[in-house]
Amino acid sequence: MEKIPILRMGEFLLVTIQVDMHDRLAMTLQDDLTNRISETGAKGVLIDISSLEIVDSFIGRMLGNIASMSRVLDAQTVVVGMRPAVAITLVELGMSLEGVRTALNVDAGMELLRESMDGHEEMEYGRYRH
Amino acid sequence: MAVIATEKVPVISEADIVTVRRCVRESATKLGFSLVDQTKVVTAASELARNTLIHGRGGQMELATLNGPRVGIRLTFEDKGPGIPDIELALRDGFTTGSGLGLGLGGAKRLVNEFEVKSRLGEGTRVTVVRWK
Amino acid sequence: MATILNHKTSNLGSIIANHRDAILAGWLRDMIGSTRRSDLIREAELQGQCGHFLSLLAQATAQSTNPQAPVYDALREMLAEVSRTRAIQGFSAQETAMFIFSIKQPLFTAIRESLGKDSLAMAEEMWLTTEIIDSLGLYTTEAYLKTREETIRRQQEEMLELSTPVVKLWEGILALPLIGTLDSARTQVFMESLLEAIVQTNSKVAIIDITGVPTVDTVVAQHLLKTVTAARLMGADCIISGVRPQIAQTIVHLGINLLDITTKASLSDAFSVALQRSGFRFVRQQKKDLSEERER
Repeated sequence: MEKIPILRMGEFLLVTIQVDMHDRLAMTLQDDLTNRISETGAKGVLIDISSLEIVDSFIGRMLGNIASMSRVLDAQTVVVGMRPAVAITLVELGMSLEGVRTALNVDAGMELLRESMDGHEEMEYGRYRH
Repeated sequence: MAVIATEKVPVISEADIVTVRRCVRESATKLGFSLVDQTKVVTAASELARNTLIHGRGGQMELATLNGPRVGIRLTFEDKGPGIPDIELALRDGFTTGSGLGLGLGGAKRLVNEFEVKSRLGEGTRVTVVRWK
Repeated sequence: MATILNHKTSNLGSIIANHRDAILAGWLRDMIGSTRRSDLIREAELQGQCGHFLSLLAQATAQSTNPQAPVYDALREMLAEVSRTRAIQGFSAQETAMFIFSIKQPLFTAIRESLGKDSLAMAEEMWLTTEIIDSLGLYTTEAYLKTREETIRRQQEEMLELSTPVVKLWEGILALPLIGTLDSARTQVFMESLLEAIVQTNSKVAIIDITGVPTVDTVVAQHLLKTVTAARLMGADCIISGVRPQIAQTIVHLGINLLDITTKASLSDAFSVALQRSGFRFVRQQKKDLSEERER
């Protein structure tokens, strides 16, 4: 069965989702990621969904689960590259993906991860302190 | 209302949900839906197909292209499952923060223009939705 | 001898076949005048449409006299197409409807010639024909109206898009003034513009200025919330500026929960916050340094 590749980039893991995943593949990704974080002691996970044309509630929940589980393993997750049409649809569906940090692209996502690791003010979802 | 074409897709396994998405996407593209509308109707189809599979224990989707006077896509999801005990409740799922086990009906309803659900306990459920171009 | 009419089917099919040319000529002739609009449609095209319609009508009536029957689907499809193109071409509703209704006279003439000796059969046939043509005429008008509505809606959307200017205030900082009431249709257009702009300019902060929004109630707040949530899902944050004291009061009064969205009264305050968040800092140079620079 196909697996979604998980790349290691230093202390971070990078996952690029390019296929229209069926549910089981999504669950496998969840498991694989959690295992890899544990194995490598990665501090951050970057999930690139810029190729995804559809994100339904199942995938949305998967992203939320990955973020929660990573946090338990002391790693931050950032989802990057969500397309405008997808964002509009998710909001209409009623999913706000609270607890999942997002960034425009991989570069911005990396920056976010690095910042949070450097001990800068932990940027919680949507909350800024100034 | 003129129905141009109909297509039946079985919804019996997880892979079928992907097939459903692909079919609806193809239809929407062919009819010239805007990108956002395409995304909405395909996502709605995905939600409803999953419902049919998981709660309805499998069934089928019928895709009809409508062309007269308005252009649109009509999807009918049918199953012979246990039925929905409280439709009102199922529709009132509100904003899920990701942990909801809701039937996704409420969400799908917001993504389409017309929505109808018929269900009988012990007999099955039929959800019909239409997205106009 | 009286012709026994089969009430399930009409003789219209064979009548049309026998008198086709006369009906066609009569129909086209009746359309001359205010409804002809030769400026909008060419003779050849019109003849083609009429001929096609007659053929379909003959086919359908041979099988059923009930205009709602499925055998009439092809006719309705053709009419829907005709109405749609006419609506887009600029015909009026009446001109479009007359396309159908003006066929009655030539049809009646043909019926009279075929069944003139049997007044009962003739009356029956004319009645059936009237029912069918009226039903098709109404359908045509309905289709025409739907197209006009769609066209108007699309034009409104385009106007809305034009009225949503996006201003790039700084690297990664956008400003979008919202002007007018925010209903769900406008919200969709606004959201799309905002999100597209965020992607194209790679902006992390978007300032939504609502100075031009007259009232903010629960519904408007919900629409704003949706927009901000969508932007966040993409990785951009929003600041709402132009929040007048009255709006602040309304928000508190109605118990609207704006979550943790930052709101500012003025655009410049919002800009200041945006710059901070983006990691920019502006330093005012001392006058002494400036004059030294100039001397160099």
